[in-house]
Amino acid sequence: MNALTQYIDLYDSARQAIHASGGDPLNSMRDGCRRILGMDGAGLPTKHTEGFEKTSIEDMFAPDYGVNVNRIGIPVDIAATFRCDVPNLSTLQATVVNDKFIPSAGLDDKLPSGIRFMSLAHASKEMPDVVSRYYGSAATLGDESVALNTMMVQDGVFIHIPRGVRSDKALQLVNIFSSPTPLAAFRRVLIVAEEDSELKLLVCDHTQDRTQSYLASQVIEIIAGRNACLEMCMIEESSQLTSRYSRMFVKQEQGSNVTINNTTLTCGTSRNDFDVELAGEHCECHLSGMAIGSGHMHIDNDTSVFHRAPRCKSNQLFKYVLDEESDGAFEGSITVTPSAPYTEAYQSNRNILASGSARMHCKPQLIINNDEVKCSHGATTGQIDEDALFYMRSRGISEEEGRRMLMQAFMIDVIDTVRIPGLQDRLRHLVDRRFSGSLGNCETCRTI
Amino acid sequence: MSDILLEVRDLHASVEGKEILKGVNLTIREGEVHAIMGPNGSGKSTLSGVLAGNPAYTVTSGDARLHGVELLDLPPETRSHEGLFLSFQYPVEIPGVSMVNFMRAAVNAKRKYLNEEPLSASEFLKLMRQKREIVELDNKLASRSVNEGFSGGEKKRNEIFQMAVLEPRLAILDETDSGLDIDALRVVAGGVNKLKTSKNATIVITHYQRLLDYIKPDFVHILYKGRIVKTGGPELALELEERGYDWIKEENKD
Repeated sequence: MNALTQYIDLYDSARQAIHASGGDPLNSMRDGCRRILGMDGAGLPTKHTEGFEKTSIEDMFAPDYGVNVNRIGIPVDIAATFRCDVPNLSTLQATVVNDKFIPSAGLDDKLPSGIRFMSLAHASKEMPDVVSRYYGSAATLGDESVALNTMMVQDGVFIHIPRGVRSDKALQLVNIFSSPTPLAAFRRVLIVAEEDSELKLLVCDHTQDRTQSYLASQVIEIIAGRNACLEMCMIEESSQLTSRYSRMFVKQEQGSNVTINNTTLTCGTSRNDFDVELAGEHCECHLSGMAIGSGHMHIDNDTSVFHRAPRCKSNQLFKYVLDEESDGAFEGSITVTPSAPYTEAYQSNRNILASGSARMHCKPQLIINNDEVKCSHGATTGQIDEDALFYMRSRGISEEEGRRMLMQAFMIDVIDTVRIPGLQDRLRHLVDRRFSGSLGNCETCRTI
Repeated sequence: MSDILLEVRDLHASVEGKEILKGVNLTIREGEVHAIMGPNGSGKSTLSGVLAGNPAYTVTSGDARLHGVELLDLPPETRSHEGLFLSFQYPVEIPGVSMVNFMRAAVNAKRKYLNEEPLSASEFLKLMRQKREIVELDNKLASRSVNEGFSGGEKKRNEIFQMAVLEPRLAILDETDSGLDIDALRVVAGGVNKLKTSKNATIVITHYQRLLDYIKPDFVHILYKGRIVKTGGPELALELEERGYDWIKEENKD
């Protein structure tokens, strides 16, 4: 008996309802995943599993949250009324309430020609050929957490940018948890950027009812075709009762350029895995993240960048500021295979502990099976620079404001990696508000 | 005689358990320039750090009053608001904090302390422009991070620029001449002289007499082994220049 059992039982008993929600591309994989999960020894990672020393996925999925398999009472109207903290960045907006995709009014008409930004369930029925070509092609279905998501998923997001199409405007996706009872949502995102296309995407995570417990299982697959250019920024502002396990799989073809930023402003427990495969020559991948911890927040980011082809570049930058009882973890790896000469790969993890009881765990790894590479990694964890703080105070700046300015400054280079127009300023503002304790109505934010 | 601005009495201070200041007494009146000289390790920088409120130092006894306000009870920011300014020997680089934001925060913190409205953006920029001219600080530096990538001379000019903006009653210049070439020294000293009024005062901490050619002191004190062992006029600095510190050390043998 482990955390998987309840989901397997639920799938077996609600198989018909689950299959009714999606089309063939989704359904054809479910039973195979069910078999993987039912095998002897199958289980979600625990703290004894390598790479999960600080976050037990088993414990995260163990509570009986309840899953809305019959799609009852999802409050569609909050999609129209919810105000995200990055308002009006884009008119090309959609909302996912729990796991249900709800487009903003007139979204289809506003989308540039050929771009699809729609419900994954609908896409799997309307264009099964396109979806089945990519669905499950980047994610490792043999992993229990991916298999679980694939077995249970009923909706999610499908973004398709056809060959040669470039959208100037960013797409904006708002994830909201809203349910009067505890709820687990299986979210799935499939992003396909075909050859020579360009996509900018902002994803924000929110919680509507902050007194309820929620669990998000999220699998994001990104396929970047030849010379495709994709930028994605994810901002999490969920409640302290929200847990999420997000797995992102990026597959990059020759000459593609992918920039990912993951910002955790508030959360309960947030584990985010990033698996990037540089499969073609001359790819570039920029992976960055920042986390601001307070209260009992737990933030764990884990990256794996695989260089499989020659002459690719990857760069990782993750920064944490942890206060009060919060704890953070970063495990990052770069693997350079024998088939990837002339690789350039860098990784940096820098952290500030703002209180004596905050904790940071970091484990950088480099696995290089090739002589022709430029690689480096570095990790540091320290405190606020007391010399800088005294300098500021000697000029009349209060200790509190000086600390806030220093923490904000610490995050600047991560914020600078975001190049979606207008978003950099907004992100700077959000981080500033987060440090000054005035972000939304969020109970975990306090003045650091 | 003009009013007393700073009165230090029997000040003792230590760092990491080691006593550095062993009973400093100093009285400074409005309009005066005092030079504090002394060999390495005599406690000059400790004295400036203690007066500015650097938490690295522990005051074990004594007091220091700035226009009657007991400084040693106040946090560093309040000392600044009350009119104390320390020009750092080694100005700190703060990557990611722009000079503009830094100065705006400093100016508005003081205005808040004095129950004044924050400056508007245009008023603030005008103030920056006026004060930059005093030390010929390049406008480009204003958009950079605080002291980051500044040359030694630029950092010291930046200190005097900040002093010009904050208009302190008492400025302590800690080794402001170190790392300066002769042209930069002239500019920095010129800035200090322009800011001099009959109501404020300056303490110049220096090793060398050179700076005192540009910033003329009314009094010269020699700090040795944590005490002021000799006080005189400008001629004392010249005597030190000529004779070195050995005779001071000789006179003050344990």
